[in-house]
Amino acid sequence: MLEVNGLTKSYGGLVAVSGVSFRADRGETIGLLGPNGAGKTTTVSIIAGLLSADSGEVLIDGRQVKSDTDPVKLKIGLVPQDMALYDQLSARDNLTFFAALYSISGAKARQAIDDALNLVGLADRAGDKVGTFSGGMKRRLNLAAALLHDPEILLLDEPTVGVDPQSRNAIFDNLEALQKRGKTLIYTTHYMEEAERLCDRIVIIDHGRVIADDTLQGLHKMLPITNVIAIELDRVDGFAPEAVLALPEVKSAELSDGTLRVGVHDLSGGAPGVLRWLTENGHAYHHFSSEQPDLETVFLTLTGRSLRDSK
Amino acid sequence: MIPFLALVRKDLRIFFNDRKAVIIGLVVPIVLASFFGYMFGGQGGDAATSKLAVLVIDEDGSDISRSLVSSLAGDKNLDVKPSTVDGAKEVVRKGKATAAIVIPKNFGQDAGRALFTGANKPEIGLLYDPSHKMELEMVKGILSGAVMQTVSKEMFNGSSGREMVNDSLARVENNPEIRAGDRKVLRDLLGSVKELNERRAAEQTATPAQGSLSGGLTMPFETHEEALTSGNNVAYNGYAHAFAGMGVQFILFMGMDVGIALLLLRQTGLWQRLRAAPLSRTMLLGSRTVSAALIAGFILTAIFTFARVVFGVRVLGSFMGFVGVCIAFSLMTAAFGLMIAALGGTPEATRGFSVMATLIMVMLGGAWVPTFVFPPWLRKLTLVVPTRWAMDGLDAMTWRGFGISEALAPIAVLLMFALLFGTVAVMRFRWRAEG
Repeated sequence: MLEVNGLTKSYGGLVAVSGVSFRADRGETIGLLGPNGAGKTTTVSIIAGLLSADSGEVLIDGRQVKSDTDPVKLKIGLVPQDMALYDQLSARDNLTFFAALYSISGAKARQAIDDALNLVGLADRAGDKVGTFSGGMKRRLNLAAALLHDPEILLLDEPTVGVDPQSRNAIFDNLEALQKRGKTLIYTTHYMEEAERLCDRIVIIDHGRVIADDTLQGLHKMLPITNVIAIELDRVDGFAPEAVLALPEVKSAELSDGTLRVGVHDLSGGAPGVLRWLTENGHAYHHFSSEQPDLETVFLTLTGRSLRDSK
Repeated sequence: MIPFLALVRKDLRIFFNDRKAVIIGLVVPIVLASFFGYMFGGQGGDAATSKLAVLVIDEDGSDISRSLVSSLAGDKNLDVKPSTVDGAKEVVRKGKATAAIVIPKNFGQDAGRALFTGANKPEIGLLYDPSHKMELEMVKGILSGAVMQTVSKEMFNGSSGREMVNDSLARVENNPEIRAGDRKVLRDLLGSVKELNERRAAEQTATPAQGSLSGGLTMPFETHEEALTSGNNVAYNGYAHAFAGMGVQFILFMGMDVGIALLLLRQTGLWQRLRAAPLSRTMLLGSRTVSAALIAGFILTAIFTFARVVFGVRVLGSFMGFVGVCIAFSLMTAAFGLMIAALGGTPEATRGFSVMATLIMVMLGGAWVPTFVFPPWLRKLTLVVPTRWAMDGLDAMTWRGFGISEALAPIAVLLMFALLFGTVAVMRFRWRAEG
């Protein structure tokens, strides 16, 4: 559906993206994850035809966008990071205008607008001016405006920036509905929980380069530990966590607030051994659970820097 | 076509949705044009506003000085009020009067004598506002005519004139500096005047005064004034030029706003959305040109409709020519706005630069004051300014009342400017957001 091959873009001496490549199959959701300034928006802008790459190519169904009016652009819907709405017009008038940009008018436009408004839950506010909308409502309408021409690929550039948790969840619901309709989503974010919830595959970009491109499970496998077993002990007096490190599969062990946290490379192979060792050595426990490391950990492992603190 | 119409319609809707801005955008030029039109002669050019305020201080109080004051007061170009020297100085300094005329003591006597002998000419004081030097020359001209008429009238008719003729005869006889030959001629001249005065006095006793010199010496010609407007009995309407000027100015500002708005738009997600759609660059800029031109046409129509209804401004020439000039100017303005967007850097910096450029174009185009007050070299220079052609075209089609042939050159030049600005805009427009 979408192939991005070796995109490079520089502004003067600043390299914004360097050799970015990835692909998205039909119905797949790809997360472009990276800190601010990593090159996510530049990549999306090149895919949407807003910027020209210094080198590399973008193929949509095997075809490059050759001109401003290339019909291939009809396959793409863009949800810009900045709000792209006219506050002075009503929600319906906004959508009527954006539909007309794709030569959609009359009954077909009305149907497309109704569908989009229903999807984002704004049908009851269709006649109200956008200037009266909350930030979350504007974000949802911003999404609706990109759906009118029924694009196959949706480019979502940080579509939840600046919205409250309730609106964010509403947008996630909208996007999941679009996934069910078979849309291909390219979703840029620096919120790892968003990528974890929505994306089939995650492309991690840092300093304009792709440093990882895999499923969530695949990314986890890059880590020295795949799971952390958290065991709440009955008593911690005299317990030395270092003793657990001698067990096979155990990569780390630390004790804090009565909870022993043991990192293992393989949960099914490591967890039974740890629990058996505790029982055999008289360390009773009353609860245990396992946790997967999150993308923050992945990013930290890959770059040596925290995702949120990266510049 | 659907996207193009949608783009134009959206611009128009956004413009008209902001009703306060629309009303202010129309009211301000109308108020300013009404003011300038009133100042430049209103509906006929003989309104009270065109009279010069002049103060007169009569320190003489003679028949001649009183007659002079009366003559000045009767002039249609002056608004004469009596005053004192100190009072006049204060008023003129404050700019509330153009000039003050001080008629000195013994003016009547000295002026009468000086008329024949040239000696001891009295000095009439003129206190004037230095910011009104042009009007001062007009006051001096009117004063000269009034003094000549008043003094000569008294010399040839009045009782004091007879006394002064006798006195002058005695002085001629007793003045050793006058050569014998000159003395004889002056004696004959004054003797003839004396004889004429005595005959007049005798006739006046019998019948009321008549005769060629009963009114004194006057200018040996009169002017026939005819304002060359669109036709006979059509008075000049100063509002026509003022409304054209203010219309041109505010439409240019609207064009500038279009350019700034485009610069601002380029920084927003809306621009990304427009660029992501399958729209050509020609359509994006072309639709903006058409919508801006339509808004400009609306402003011109509204302004001239007001001028027609309230001040009787009419298109006395070709209506088609008038419409043609309006359309050409509207297109030129729209292209000017796009050029601003193409050449501008940040919106803030561009705003300052384009305000300056707009004001210069308005000033040199004759929108504030007619270009005939410019020096000749500047008048020639302003031919490179599009607003000059717009003003000339609108003046020609409104109060000058010319046919469509006089609109063709302004229309052609304005369209050429539109093409030039449009070409620069398309070539230099930075389509990519990164600039």
